[in-house]
Amino acid sequence: MKKIATGNKAVSEAVKQVKPDVIAAYPITPQTEIVEQIAEFVTNGELDCRYIPVESEHSVMAACIGASITGARTFTATSSHGLLYMHEMTNWAVGARLPIVMANVNRSLGPGWNIWAEHTDALQERDTGWLQVYVSTVQEAYDTTLMAFRIAEHNNVLLPVMVNLDGFLLSHIMQPLDTVEPGDFIPPFHLPYAIDVKNPAGYGGLTGPDQQFLMRWDIERSMRDSAKVIEETEGEFAKRFGRKYGFTEDYRCGDADVIVVAMGTLGKEAEVAIDLLRKEGIKAGSMRLRWLRPFPKLNLKGKEVVVIDRDYSFGRGGILATEIMAQTKEEVASVIAGIGGQEVTYEDVADFVRKRRMGTETWFGVNDNV
Amino acid sequence: MFEIRIHSRGGQGGVTAARLLALAAIHDGKYATAAPFYGAERRGAPIVSFVRIDDKPIKIYSQIKKPDMVIVLDASVMDIVDVLQGLKSGGKVLVNSQQKKEFSGYISRNVDLTGIALKEKLVVSGSPILNTPVIGALAKMGIVSVDSAKKAIREMFADERNVKAAEAAYREMSA
Repeated sequence: MKKIATGNKAVSEAVKQVKPDVIAAYPITPQTEIVEQIAEFVTNGELDCRYIPVESEHSVMAACIGASITGARTFTATSSHGLLYMHEMTNWAVGARLPIVMANVNRSLGPGWNIWAEHTDALQERDTGWLQVYVSTVQEAYDTTLMAFRIAEHNNVLLPVMVNLDGFLLSHIMQPLDTVEPGDFIPPFHLPYAIDVKNPAGYGGLTGPDQQFLMRWDIERSMRDSAKVIEETEGEFAKRFGRKYGFTEDYRCGDADVIVVAMGTLGKEAEVAIDLLRKEGIKAGSMRLRWLRPFPKLNLKGKEVVVIDRDYSFGRGGILATEIMAQTKEEVASVIAGIGGQEVTYEDVADFVRKRRMGTETWFGVNDNV
Repeated sequence: MFEIRIHSRGGQGGVTAARLLALAAIHDGKYATAAPFYGAERRGAPIVSFVRIDDKPIKIYSQIKKPDMVIVLDASVMDIVDVLQGLKSGGKVLVNSQQKKEFSGYISRNVDLTGIALKEKLVVSGSPILNTPVIGALAKMGIVSVDSAKKAIREMFADERNVKAAEAAYREMSA
């Protein structure tokens, strides 16, 4: 049957099909619908899992860690300040090697009190060791949530995965959705060192200067290995269900002179800008970054690059632009646009390309650029 | 691409109307998106929602600036909001009203959705339900097919009075 769903609904549908054992949650706009719908699935018997409503996001992640460490498949969802409130525990989840899956509905940080889309919340978690993926359609939110469990729980990964979707722009928009029967695409979860009362062991004991770096290196090794697991998982997904994903979604990049790089819904709308620019004779392409961690090798050789950041690192620059400049020798024109849900249209994106000044940073809507 | 902007007040079902319309369009074999614009709205405040319908997948997330059609679920918002803003010349306007409203340069239609909802006793928390009857009026205007309109309503609402209200709106809409 043809379905229509919001981004939030798509995530909760995928979670229902993956059947987590434990979900701990605390509501926050614009994520609330996800955990609300899951709570409903649990109440009406569609999903048999332990749903733990707790008093804060810090406790959410603590509860997820406690559950995951026993070998339970674990999920949560959050947004903005909720994510930041988890920060101590998100690090702990990585160090304990727990493949928790979390949906983060990207939202600006306060003050001002702003509930609209921005990526700075997730990007402030960039260095924790969570895998991070950014989606752009309702279908992609669903498909990627399914895949996130398989990737996180893979023996060569055993790291948590954060699925990011733009607040309101994607969380609350309705688009067509095809659901699938995941079957053995999601194998049973087996945590190699799960806590077991019959074989007592400890987690998180005192680790000296002669050991800690080895544990950190092991996280990095798994992060690097995760690239192969992502590729394999996305390949298998395409084979079984017919929808193809990658580290990036490239649109008319092959012969392009200038490439727009962006994440989330703006990365998808950029494709419309590309068509517009092509009609004007500008050879433009779009590269929508899906996976931020692990960061892929981008093929930007010989291209001018326009990076759109819906985020910022004060005193440095657009975070995505900075990541790309660290990797490529090509010149980058950095555009800061969409902060706190600022309206950005494909026509604006086309304008960013037409008016690009390589090696500069531009804040969309701010007139005193230097 | 056909772009529709729906004007209503918070709590009147404008967002659900957008969802129903998108679902009906999808049943017609089209692609569609329904996007509420979330501001700091509350019950009673003027709000807008957007629907896009196309033959190919829709990649646009930004707001609709130049709609092909405007739907006004509450005529009183016209006192405070310029509902025709950006409407393409020759575009369509549908107003929930007993009185015929003429907008020069546009195709204007009206239908008494409130009256229809009250007649069918479709009232929730004191507010008449407008989002299901309006889909009937839109079917009459050829935006979606009658079958898809009914199918979409039945999928989202168990109460058959919603379909009856849509049928009434289909019959009663002004020429």
